[in-house]
Amino acid sequence: MTTTHDQDLPPTPPDDPPIAHAPAPGTEDPGRSEPGTGDLGRSVPGTGDLGRSVPGTGDLGGFGPGAADLRAGGPGGGDGRALVAVEDLWVGFGGVEVVRGVSLSVAPGECVAIVGESGSGKSVTARTLLGLAGPGADVRASAFTVAGQDALGFGPREWRALRGRFAGLVLQDALVSLDPLRTVGAEIAEVLAVHDVVPRAWRGSRVLELLESVGVPEPEVRARQRPHELSGGLRQRVLIASAIAAEPELIIADEPTTALDVTVQAQVLRLLAERRAAGSALLLISHDLAVVGSIADRVLVMREGRVVEEGPAPDVLVAPAHAYTRALLAAVPSAASRGTRLTDGTPLPRRPAPPEPPSSPATPARAGVQPSGLAGDRAARSYGAAAPGKGVEAPGPGVGAVPVLVGAGLGRSYGSRRVVDDVSFVLHRGETLGVVGESGSGKTTLARLALALLEPDQGRVSLLGGPWSGLRERERRPRRPRIQLISQNPLDSFDPRHTAGRLIAEPLRLPGRERRARVLDLLARVGLPPDMAARHPRELSGGQRQRIAIARALGPRPDVLVADEPVSALDVSVQAQVLDLLAELQAEYGTAMVFISHDLGVVHHLADRVLVMKDGRVVEEGDVAEVFARPRHPYTRELVAAVPRLPAGRPAGSRGTAAEQRVGAGT
Amino acid sequence: MIRRLGAGLAVLWAAATASYLALLLAPGDTVDVLVGEGPDTPQIRAAIVREWGLDRPGIVQYLAYLWRLLHGDLGRSYQSQRGVGEILATQVGPTVQLTLAAAAAGVTLAGLIAVVTAGRGRAARAAVSAAELVAVSVPPFLIGIVLLAVFSFTLGWFPVSGAAGPAALVLPALTLGLPIAGVLGQVLRGGLERALEQPFALTARARGLTERALVTRHALRHALIPAVTLAGWFTGSLLGGAVITEVLFGRPGLGRVAVDAVTGRDMPVVMAVVLLSACVYVVISTLLDLAYRAIDPQTRS
Repeated sequence: MTTTHDQDLPPTPPDDPPIAHAPAPGTEDPGRSEPGTGDLGRSVPGTGDLGRSVPGTGDLGGFGPGAADLRAGGPGGGDGRALVAVEDLWVGFGGVEVVRGVSLSVAPGECVAIVGESGSGKSVTARTLLGLAGPGADVRASAFTVAGQDALGFGPREWRALRGRFAGLVLQDALVSLDPLRTVGAEIAEVLAVHDVVPRAWRGSRVLELLESVGVPEPEVRARQRPHELSGGLRQRVLIASAIAAEPELIIADEPTTALDVTVQAQVLRLLAERRAAGSALLLISHDLAVVGSIADRVLVMREGRVVEEGPAPDVLVAPAHAYTRALLAAVPSAASRGTRLTDGTPLPRRPAPPEPPSSPATPARAGVQPSGLAGDRAARSYGAAAPGKGVEAPGPGVGAVPVLVGAGLGRSYGSRRVVDDVSFVLHRGETLGVVGESGSGKTTLARLALALLEPDQGRVSLLGGPWSGLRERERRPRRPRIQLISQNPLDSFDPRHTAGRLIAEPLRLPGRERRARVLDLLARVGLPPDMAARHPRELSGGQRQRIAIARALGPRPDVLVADEPVSALDVSVQAQVLDLLAELQAEYGTAMVFISHDLGVVHHLADRVLVMKDGRVVEEGDVAEVFARPRHPYTRELVAAVPRLPAGRPAGSRGTAAEQRVGAGT
Repeated sequence: MIRRLGAGLAVLWAAATASYLALLLAPGDTVDVLVGEGPDTPQIRAAIVREWGLDRPGIVQYLAYLWRLLHGDLGRSYQSQRGVGEILATQVGPTVQLTLAAAAAGVTLAGLIAVVTAGRGRAARAAVSAAELVAVSVPPFLIGIVLLAVFSFTLGWFPVSGAAGPAALVLPALTLGLPIAGVLGQVLRGGLERALEQPFALTARARGLTERALVTRHALRHALIPAVTLAGWFTGSLLGGAVITEVLFGRPGLGRVAVDAVTGRDMPVVMAVVLLSACVYVVISTLLDLAYRAIDPQTRS
């Protein structure tokens, strides 16, 4: 406990990319592992909450050891040192409590993270710290200090004086979190004006300085632009610039990197880490454990309005004590989770081998689609199909050897913009082809080309050995059931007036009674009770809707599923359920799948082979494990490096129980 | 810009043609109108027909009419025998006064009501909503009569009729402006409340802005977008309402002229009024488009 403030602060040196910090256990951990046991005891649900409310258990009711460490570094310690401290916070809206007895403090220079899924109350908790819980919010706490003042007695004026000046707020998606009708310069200048940070005459130049300090190039030009004229990354930088304009001691960042591409996310996290290094405290709200792990000192895990676990980030993320935290961590798809269910860690059923092993490296007729054919062959072997054809000249493509879906030299432009450029791929029966890339890389256009919802300008698509692109829709229609789509947001692709049953029945060409039976069967297959058939899409949760979308896509027993970001809008635990379901159904039906995602972890978990797209071109492709483990193309390397990772090191000894449970669950 | 000009001309032509056809199909005889109260003999009738070219086929008369329009000649009034341009010129002033005053009253009231009540308690909202509903649903002439009864006959604050001085403008402007305030107020408040729920409003609050500053600096501009769309509608409402209001309050003006011309089948005057309204419409909608671009820069790209 003699660690000084500075030594203990960031697990990551601020100049390094805030990713994959993987604190080497045993080097700097000893100082922390000591209070670890107490930490475990505190995080037991119920007792922890009770214990905290008992007065006199310690300063501020016993926050995590991380906080204790930080306070120990400064003179005095105790309540006066915390920037914000709240005890037993309850926030309700119209009688519904969304925050239930949360205690939280942030010390100067500290980074505290609140992790949780949607509805956990994490955002409301954070906003309450600025008095912005929202209209009609009923806020109660046994103690609530902000900037050394008793916030329980604050009126609007007191809150306003602190907002922006004492604490800056960074929200998700700057396109809507900045006023879309005003220039970004005006947005930043507003903070300067409200708190009279600099004299009016200097505001303009101060805005430019701020833009420069967050790494916005050409600040003079950018300051006059509006949010929609900037890229997602620049917008988020501007939002951060406006939050730090009055040099607040605390930055509250609510999902600051959600909806950003992974490389941009890494940049924004780096920027936040820089602010921390400059002395700001950071309260980070996120659903993403890996993002949190890369930057936070202390983590609070929230669920249904309560903190179920808290402690130093490496402890919580490596050796979680609470079952919910463990489930959350286990639900994160990654290389390690391949072949197992994300929900319970049990092995997934093996996918059936293709009816006949694919013939050796593409047939002469398909020589043009290299190197996909090679990779496909490799992938085919990787799921255990003995490949006797390897090395032997296959005399001619047998039925099973015909790929279900082939794209050859596909190109497509919108206006003068080349959205998809010379993309080739081969998809074999039962195989999953991952497509990764950032926004604007042409992934979705490729999906539409594969579905023949869009005609390619160049190249062609064939389905089940026959032509698929370049036909009239009338000629395609009989084979439409063979290839089905699962989209990111089923709510948009469903007619809101139809019931779930009708939505599932729509693509089925069966007589009435059989159709009803099939709908119920499909509902059962995707794990939904039969009475869901009568519900409307709006009455379903995100996960249930995606299950309906899967049931609907599987209805016609397709050979190919095209899944375009099917889990991107879901919470991690729901995502885990949907990914498990997809894997199980695929194993059962032998359906081939094109799986498009921006999330490398998801693709690594699920896909056999992967295409990496950038600016409409495939920059790299191959076996998923190989591409992600040894990326050859610089862009793939950049992508892989940008993915925030959970601490990899497993702690030894003291926290063994939890770690063992996790290991047990993971294998 | 050229496309816009072409579209504007097309609107004017369509308006001229439609009103021409409507009057052609209306019952009554043009010669009767021209004869008026004067002596009515077959000789005089024949002379009139010759003088006004009424013996020509309809299509020729129509084309001749368009031809004169192109040269800026609005023709002569059947009833008063004066030039239509001259009639309009003398009457346009009071109408412009009335409509501008009404628009100003409507917009100001709507803005005030919206800013004051947006996001406020349920009671205040309900009261204002009810007032707006009344203003929107009660016909303008009834509003005018009530205003007259209260403020002129009972309180005697404003003159009952005429157009002498600013005092005489107050009640007509309110009569015409209240329905606009009702509709516009609802739209503005709805827009404000939507804007105040947006994430950028949270960001702005987190900067320490007061609610009033948030409304005036951020939300109002967002609320203006749907309100501007309505401005086209209320131009029409103002022009139409001016007719009733001018008659009700005994004011001179184009509304009056239009009513007299329609009842008297004074074709050139009716056509001129229609064309003038169409012109106003075209100009206003062009201005609105420009206003849109100024308010919402995203529409530029």
